[in-house]
Amino acid sequence: MKILVAIKRVIDANVKVRVKPDNSGVETANVKMSMNPFCEIAVEEAVRLKEKGIASEVVAVSIGNQQCQETLRTALALGADKAILVKTDDQLEPLAVSKVLKKVVEQEEPQMVLLGKQSIDGDNNQTGQMLGALLGWGQGTFASEVEVEDGKTKVTREIDGGLQTIELSLPAVITTDLRLNEPRFASLPNIMKAKRKPLDEIALADLGVDTANRTETVSVENPPERSEGVKVETVAELVDKLKNEAKVI
Amino acid sequence: MTTLVIAEHNNSELQASTYNTIAAAKQLSGETVVLVAGHNCESVAEQAAKAEGVDKVLLAQADFLEHLLAEDVEKAVMSQEGDYSHILAPASTFGKNMMPRISALLDVQQISDIISVESDDTFKRPVYAGNAIATVKSNDSKKVITVRATAFDALATEGGSATIENVDAGSHTPLSNYVSEELTKSERPDLGTAKVVVSGGRGMGNGENFEMLETLADKLGAAVGASRAAVDAGFVPNDYQVGQTGKIVAPELYIAVGISGAIQHLAGMKDSKVIVAINKDEEAPIFQVADYGLVEDLFKAVPELIDAL
Repeated sequence: MKILVAIKRVIDANVKVRVKPDNSGVETANVKMSMNPFCEIAVEEAVRLKEKGIASEVVAVSIGNQQCQETLRTALALGADKAILVKTDDQLEPLAVSKVLKKVVEQEEPQMVLLGKQSIDGDNNQTGQMLGALLGWGQGTFASEVEVEDGKTKVTREIDGGLQTIELSLPAVITTDLRLNEPRFASLPNIMKAKRKPLDEIALADLGVDTANRTETVSVENPPERSEGVKVETVAELVDKLKNEAKVI
Repeated sequence: MTTLVIAEHNNSELQASTYNTIAAAKQLSGETVVLVAGHNCESVAEQAAKAEGVDKVLLAQADFLEHLLAEDVEKAVMSQEGDYSHILAPASTFGKNMMPRISALLDVQQISDIISVESDDTFKRPVYAGNAIATVKSNDSKKVITVRATAFDALATEGGSATIENVDAGSHTPLSNYVSEELTKSERPDLGTAKVVVSGGRGMGNGENFEMLETLADKLGAAVGASRAAVDAGFVPNDYQVGQTGKIVAPELYIAVGISGAIQHLAGMKDSKVIVAINKDEEAPIFQVADYGLVEDLFKAVPELIDAL
């Protein structure tokens, strides 16, 4: 079974994001970029399925500029066999991303597509589900456990009330939640080996997909600030403040 | 213009998030129609018909809609004949799961997790874990939107008298089948809508120590939540998680116990009215958003707090 893993390069999760003074977006110049943490979990899961002998090949795909090569090399160092960069300098919206991924799926013919449930920049939580619908495939979103057997996959999902388990016929789309696995660190020999693994580039324009943006960002602003409160010395003082000042208990 | 709200429910009760979503729909022009798709869920349709602001309820029933799997809900929604300018659902795991499928099939770029309606085509939504608020204008002819429940005050649950119309439920897809569910049972209020939330972090040390927070929560009529660190460590189940990728809460009072306050956690609770932080590390970032901070060992402070209430 072949697995396609879609990954996104985003501002590193530990960076304090700053809104640009002209409110056109957030500062991305000279900011550390990394693989979206949920995508790392997706790569790890695909590699584990390969190590278990369930997957035969893991292909990582990313859509973005030249620097996305670095992110794809990270996926190769973590154990992906091959990488594809769909090259564009445009910022694609999730609908456009899912249309591009559909094209890649048609070329690569995987039995499973693994994606992060959301990217930590746009926080949209859309791409996997959109891809599933466009392909006419079933989906297992927010996965915390994935089992594959007899051409089917059983996915345990993190839902608001607890956990839900569903069974999907393959091919299927799976999006990862935090507790699916703990991604490994790439070892130095694997980082070296990754440099020799194939990384194909496709120009976005060659795929013939309409990726025009459907939305406009009118402005990006700082959230309302919370003013720093006061320190209380004792529990009694805290209870007094909550009762008589904040009046919430 | 007409807005279709896809109801979140458990086949017997309309979830609170649906009322918040109806409130968001009322800020748009035109009528509000609520689709209740499910199994044996007439009572849910009756509740929706009584909700303030609802003009019509569509009831789509079929046995395969019992668990509201995304593929089946997609078919039920896509088989509706009305011409809707806006389709709304709560940005809960229910809405997040199925809504993008509908959006993709309509060839619309969904707007996720809106916190305000600026006009019929322009909305505000948090990005980067709430560290920035984007104002987004949709140029699609239809708008597909998920709504952050805590950002919209629910309208009255009684007083409305909308008509209920039975509609086509679509067809079951063999792509996906329900196996089982393991839902956390609790007598406490729902985390997403509780007036008071008591949350624990890594500082709790283990799952047993959460009993202390449960005692505190019961004194306050509160729900119990947790940081990602506490869930990852296995102290409490996943549905306790408050944060960027967990639940978003905005109670009257949020008490953070042994939580350092990573930005991903703050994203889920910083709209709370009053925030209390109890942490022995006075440098913990949680104190920067807390209205009242108590620098104290939680194992001393929490029992004292329980006694004082």
